Formats: sequence, structure tokens, C-alpha cells
Amino acid sequence: MSLGRIKSVALLGIRGVIVDIEVDISDGLPGYSLLGLPDTALQESRERVRSALLNTGAPWPNKRTTVSLSPAWLHKSGSGFDLPIALGLLVAQGVIPQERLAGQVVMGELALDGAIRSVRGVLPALLAAQEEGIVSALVPIANRLEALSVDRVKSIAFADLSQLMSYIHDGLLPDYGEAPEPQEGKNLLDLSEVSGQRGARDALEVSAIGGHHLLLIGPPGTGKTMLAERLPTILPPLTQSAALEVAAVHSVAERGVERPLLSLLPPFVAPHHTTTATAMIGGGAHTIKPGACSLAHGGVLFIDEAPECSPGVLDALRQPLESANVSISRVTGTVHFPANFLLVLAANPCPCGRFTGKGRGCTCSSLQIRRYLQRLSGPLLDRIDIRSFVEAPSRLDLASNEPGESSEVVRTRVISARGIAEERFKKEPWSLNSKIPASQLRERYRVRKDGSAFLHAELDHERLSARGYHKVLRLAWSFADRNGTTTPGLNEVEAAYQLRRGIDPA
Amino acid sequence: MGRKEQVLGAAGEVLVSSYLESLGAKVVERNWRIKGGEIDLIARHNGTLLFIEVKSRSSDRFGHPLESIGREKALRLQRLALAWIATHDQWGADYRIDCAAVDFSDRLNPVIDYRPGVL
Repeated sequence: MSLGRIKSVALLGIRGVIVDIEVDISDGLPGYSLLGLPDTALQESRERVRSALLNTGAPWPNKRTTVSLSPAWLHKSGSGFDLPIALGLLVAQGVIPQERLAGQVVMGELALDGAIRSVRGVLPALLAAQEEGIVSALVPIANRLEALSVDRVKSIAFADLSQLMSYIHDGLLPDYGEAPEPQEGKNLLDLSEVSGQRGARDALEVSAIGGHHLLLIGPPGTGKTMLAERLPTILPPLTQSAALEVAAVHSVAERGVERPLLSLLPPFVAPHHTTTATAMIGGGAHTIKPGACSLAHGGVLFIDEAPECSPGVLDALRQPLESANVSISRVTGTVHFPANFLLVLAANPCPCGRFTGKGRGCTCSSLQIRRYLQRLSGPLLDRIDIRSFVEAPSRLDLASNEPGESSEVVRTRVISARGIAEERFKKEPWSLNSKIPASQLRERYRVRKDGSAFLHAELDHERLSARGYHKVLRLAWSFADRNGTTTPGLNEVEAAYQLRRGIDPA
Repeated sequence: MGRKEQVLGAAGEVLVSSYLESLGAKVVERNWRIKGGEIDLIARHNGTLLFIEVKSRSSDRFGHPLESIGREKALRLQRLALAWIATHDQWGADYRIDCAAVDFSDRLNPVIDYRPGVL
């Protein structure tokens, strides 16, 4: 009887679980059984491993071979176990000594010629390994940079099986050539490119300060998308740990938004309005993958033409908006993804898009116009603090050569305003103005008399609902933080009220 | 089956028989054939009946010879073994299904790969 034992990592959402791979080769007819709830891709690993071993000149056991992945109850999927299984087979056959692989995790898919291919989720897997006290890892060369970002695990990357074998036998490290520095992708977008749009710029800035979700309404071509795309550039940069979490989600997804590894720029995700609820929230049969709202974690989720979304898609966002994470349950188990994002919806004012200003070009009936924005459900709009109208920029704005304020300038203001809020809320469980509970708005976080008097008058005239009242108060705090006022007064409240123009009491 | 394969097969069986006898087993019967199939070798070793399937190959180009014996074929061997036990009134005897591969890629030094108890 001969045994080989290799450690690898399975993914449950963005949580890694250490998996022990045991390979037993015993006398009997040639046969291969794989235990431990493998999915189809994993089941097929036998053929890949066999060809890869034979084509690198390594032996394949013509004996009774049992491969067991434990914990046995966990559903395992994907091709990342190819490499650890192959190494386990080599250990069990006595080709490589078990000690050389003690305390290491191994990941990688094998090509038939023995090349080691990239796998998804290397970053979260190594983070899990680090927590388990594992100090080194063998990974595919394509995942090298990702692996290097986990600093307490020493990762060695290999291009193929023979390179790996010569490392194990002779300690030969592969030659990577010049190590490319992990580059912070030059962000090409800047707020200075937006001409005019004072109101919308304000809305964007306040949204960034207080974490207020945002609805942009305007005719086509006025710059709704342009504005939304630039929102990440005025958000405070991600902290190291947040960047790691964001990178982990993206590593598991392995699709969609291309962003430099460990970029500190908050992500921007813009799913198409025909997207499904599953793509928005996350899901999948065997491997549960994060959806758009988790890819936008730490950044901005932008949905253009929001009223055109299928019913239910936007409402699926209500739960993550509330709890800042999503839980997805499938046969294979339940996983949790973080989903703390700033929601930006964009909409035309009516189906034809021209009902704005004097509305002369609009061909829609009044009923159509009224119904259009009603497609956004009440409970969803309830979670959106700001409604901003984006008007077509005037000829004067377009002709002006003077660039608007740059992202850098605005971001500095946002960071200092957030600093003020954090200082104020340091004893509270929240740190953003948009998260102040209604009860606290009436007690500890009241606005000055003149401000509340103004709102009470609006309430009396039924121009403001109770719900809207609280939202205005939260926005007023964000304005106060921007202006450096300790408590919001009439100025801030009026400015905040402007940003809810037309929402209440409809 | 071509003439060449038949000769190779017979040679393999002879080799395996002498291998078994060198271990102290006694070959009881060769090529026992009934309607349901054939048992290449039947031997007795320390009171245990051995039913042996012998596979001979002239090269290993087409994979390991024993790979062609799947679970189903092993079960068929067991049925044949039981048939032999029944017809020879050996009920209650201990028995075992074994497989042997004989590799003739080196004509002068054929190699026997003997796998006891495959079921």
C-alpha cells in the first residue's frame, strides 16, 4: 500500500476551505475512483492528469487507485485539483518524497501536455491557507501576481509539470525573467471632462460623501453614464484590506470587469438592463459565482436605462442594499458574498426620452410618461436618497474651454468630509450619513431650528412625505460635512431638499 | 483471433502456470470452457482455489493489458468460477479471482504482472 497526501483549497463563495487530497495505490485491477463529491469538471480530472503525467514522462499507476478529497461532505468543483492529484499520484508511486510537499497547498489545472493552467480564486484560496498557518504554495504561473499579493504565504509559480518536478527533485526555481511590478492602472476618467452639470456634480459629490444611492434622470446623450462612470474617481481609495476583499471577489468571478490586481480604485460595474436577477445577485449550479452587485462591492453599481430592466431584477437588489451582502443557496450549499455598493440608476424621463425642459420634442402620452418611472418600484426608490435631473449642457458649457473641477479636487473634499462624519459617528455602529437610523435623526442628530422649520412647513403643505423628510435630513448632514458646518442649518437642508425634487409626495 | 495471438496467449498461460507452481500452487485445469466463457487457469494453493485470467501482450503500446478488465468482466469471471465450483462439486471451498498480465515486449525476458484478488 502506498499513500500520497497533498493539501489544496476548495472555494465556498469567497471563503477557502483546506482540502486534503489522499491518493492510495493498492494491488488490484487498474482502476481509478475519485471520492469526495466531485462535479463533472473534477470527475474529468482523471483524463487530464493521466495524459499530463504520461506526456511529461512520469508514471501512471496501472493499479487500483483511490483518490479521496476530504472533507468528504463538501461539494468540490473545477479543475484546480488536477495538479494536487497529479502530485499525490507521484508521491504514492514513490516518484517524489512526501516531505517535499509537507505544509504546502497546491493548485492548478493540467493541460494534456503537462502545462499548468490558471485557476480561479487563487487569492481567496491563499488567504484561507494563510489563516490555517500554511506558509507556502505551488501555483500556476498565470496566477503568480495574484498569489504574491498574499504576503505571509510564499508562493512558487510553475509553467508546467516538468518545471515543477525539477524544483521538487533539485530545488531548481523557475526563471520568471524580469518580475513585472503590479501596476496601478492609469485611470483615464476624470470629472474635469464633464462640462457644466453643476447640479449633477453636486449630487455625485454628496452621494460619495454620505454613501447615498443615486437616481439620475435625463434625456439621452446628456452625460448620465459619463457622470456615473466618474463616481469611483471621487470616492475615497479602498483600504488595503478592502482592496484584498474586492480582489478576492473578482478572482472568484474570473469574468466581467477587468481591473488591475489590488487596485485601490473602487470598482465600477455596469450590467446591461437586460440582465437577469441571477446575474445581478450571483448564482450558478455547481460553482456559485458572484453577481454584478458583488463585483461592485466597495464601489459603484450602475444600471443604465433602469426602467427597462425586467421586473424583479432591480428589486432583487433590495436585500443586498439592506444587508450589504448576499446569500445564495443551491444544492451544493449556501455561500455568502459581500455586496456593499453605491447604487446609481439612470433613466430617461419618458419612453422617448425627450420629456425635459419644455418637453416640446416629446411624443409620449401623459399616461406613458407617468407610468415610465413608476416601473421603478416604491420599495427600491425608498432606498435611493438622491434624485438628480441631468439637463442637456448649454451651448455655453460646451463651448467653454475651462475644464470643470478635477476628480482629484473633489475627492479631497469627499475624503475630508467622510473624515468628519467618521469622527462624529465613532461611537456608533455606522460611519456614513446615509446609514443614520430615523430615530437618531430625531434625537442625537437633529438639524438646526431654521432647517427643521423649513421642512416642517413643507410637510404641512404635503410637499414632503415622512420618509422623504428623513432622507432630506441625512442628505443635509452630508452637505454639512462638505461645507464644514458642525450642524446642518437652513442652507444645507435647502440644498438637500433640492436633491429630492420631484420624488415626494408622489 | 489470429494464429499469432493464440500462440502468444498459450505461451503466456504456460509462463503463468510455471510461475504459480514455483510458488507452490498446483495447476488444476487449463482453458476450462463452457457456454458462458472460458477460464484460462485454475489452480489450488494452500486449500484456496485460484481462478486466473491471463492477458498477454506483445507491446505496451495500447495501454496496460489489465486495463481491459473492467468491473463487468471481473464479475463474469466470478460467475464462471462459481460454475466451475458447482460442476466440480467443490461447494464451500475458498476461492479467489486473480489476473495476470504477461508482457512480451522483450521476447527473451517476458515479464509477469500478477494481481491476486481482483474482485
